[in-house]
Amino acid sequence: MLRDITIGQYFPGDSLIHRLDPRFKIVMTLVYILMLFTGSHILCLAVGTVYTVMAIALSGIPLKMFIRSVKPLLPFLVITAAINLFLVDSGDVLFTWKFVKITEGGVNISIFMLVRIVLLIMGSSLLTYTTSPIALTDAIERLLSPLKKLRFPVHELAMMMSIALRFIPTLIEETDKIISAQKARGAEIDTGSIVTRAKNMVSILVPLFISSFRRADELATAMECRCYNGGEGRTRLRQLHAGYRDVIALTVTLIFYASAITVSILLK
Amino acid sequence: MGKIIEIKDLHFSYKGDEGSPDVEVLKGIDLTVEQGEFVAVLGHNGSGKSTLAKHINAILLPTSGKVLVDGIDTSDEQRLFDLRQRAGMVFQNPDNQIVSSVVEEDVAFALENLGVPYEEMRRRVDESLKAVDMYEYRLHSPSQLSGGQKQRIAIAGVIAMEPKCIILDEPTAMLDPQGRREVMATIKRMNREKGVTIVLITHYMDEAAQCRRVVVMDKGRIVMDDSPRAVFSQVEQVKSIGLDVPQVTELAWELRKAGCDIPGDILTEEECADAIEKLFSK
Repeated sequence: MLRDITIGQYFPGDSLIHRLDPRFKIVMTLVYILMLFTGSHILCLAVGTVYTVMAIALSGIPLKMFIRSVKPLLPFLVITAAINLFLVDSGDVLFTWKFVKITEGGVNISIFMLVRIVLLIMGSSLLTYTTSPIALTDAIERLLSPLKKLRFPVHELAMMMSIALRFIPTLIEETDKIISAQKARGAEIDTGSIVTRAKNMVSILVPLFISSFRRADELATAMECRCYNGGEGRTRLRQLHAGYRDVIALTVTLIFYASAITVSILLK
Repeated sequence: MGKIIEIKDLHFSYKGDEGSPDVEVLKGIDLTVEQGEFVAVLGHNGSGKSTLAKHINAILLPTSGKVLVDGIDTSDEQRLFDLRQRAGMVFQNPDNQIVSSVVEEDVAFALENLGVPYEEMRRRVDESLKAVDMYEYRLHSPSQLSGGQKQRIAIAGVIAMEPKCIILDEPTAMLDPQGRREVMATIKRMNREKGVTIVLITHYMDEAAQCRRVVVMDKGRIVMDDSPRAVFSQVEQVKSIGLDVPQVTELAWELRKAGCDIPGDILTEEECADAIEKLFSK
């Protein structure tokens, strides 16, 4: 059951979006988020929607996957929409019943917010769908590398992230084993009340923690044996080459951003 | 051929718990290994064989005595990386020594740390992966590999440093028979083709029998140091320190005790079969 979890939800592929430099993809995602939050006119969002649809089509990943990415946040979306719908008081009144009052402004804003958040989720899912976690970590390390001058531990953070990613499957396997072992000794993990189950989780977490510490210790020794001494003077096997493709993609993104700004200024 | 490892009167004690005395694990080890040798270190749990291995790589430093690797004193902190590059170490648990989620990046880990330029690194990573016969898996995730394959990746990661010597601390203890065979074949090939000195810590007798020299440890001391044939023919002494001899050697020994005319230094199944055949044809 635990084996089904895939962290980062990466879908390997060879589309244009997959092949873009991960550093550019992160920057483009940031520009995209700015784009969605530019202005409050519905046309600004239309620009964002066109961009999203275009990017999703280019990624070759089925739209179904993007809809699935929105699902876990559905309750949050419903609450946001409801709050806007009932609390915003502007424009014509469309409906009243006792203390409930729905106005035209409320309807507009709630739809607007809904679309904005859905686009936000889909757009950022596109980043993790088309970029492997390890490439993402690598790109983050490189993008943040100027912060090294401020003594911010960029390399250490990236190393921790990549080790965490490396050990997720190992620890999942281990958890599975511990669960079986504890079940064999009569622990109730799938049955019983919530309180019993929570208590029984302790019998899984404690061995898991102990073994993680042991693993960490052994890994540290193994890393030292292979001459690890921090980020100083390290070279990299993974080379990132930004090409004309990345520049074009970023330019297109910036053009979209510029048009969103133009629209919001013109239609104020 | 020069001396690659020189251990002189090595003593090592762990700090005891509060109030109790220190625990002496190594009690005066003298050992010299020549470049290109293939040495097995045998001993049961607590004999100090892993502790000895950790001294060669400066993971542990001697309480007294000296350890020299290719002329470098392991207690010389200035040359620590120099030393670790010359003497690579492979550990028991393959999962806990793989750093990266991509096979080829893990093999490159040591080279990245040493600041090897890209072209050189690419060449050495590819060569090492081919040497352990894992080149086609270079873009896989280690979690998709079997134990034996993971251990070969760990060996490739060490080979990439182009060490003169590899110390393997029970590399096959957690593997299935298939994985054990793969790893042993890889180690033997490294020794034969690249002339890398191998120090294999093990408690499998059949693995030790494949080496050219066997060092037997007991209670922190070296008690035997000879060819596998000479060591295992002393069945009683080997058994007296809680170790076994290879099954065929034991069979020959029992037959001898029963009065059969069979050589006492049989190591392989073929030798044993031949000897028994001879016995019948007499």
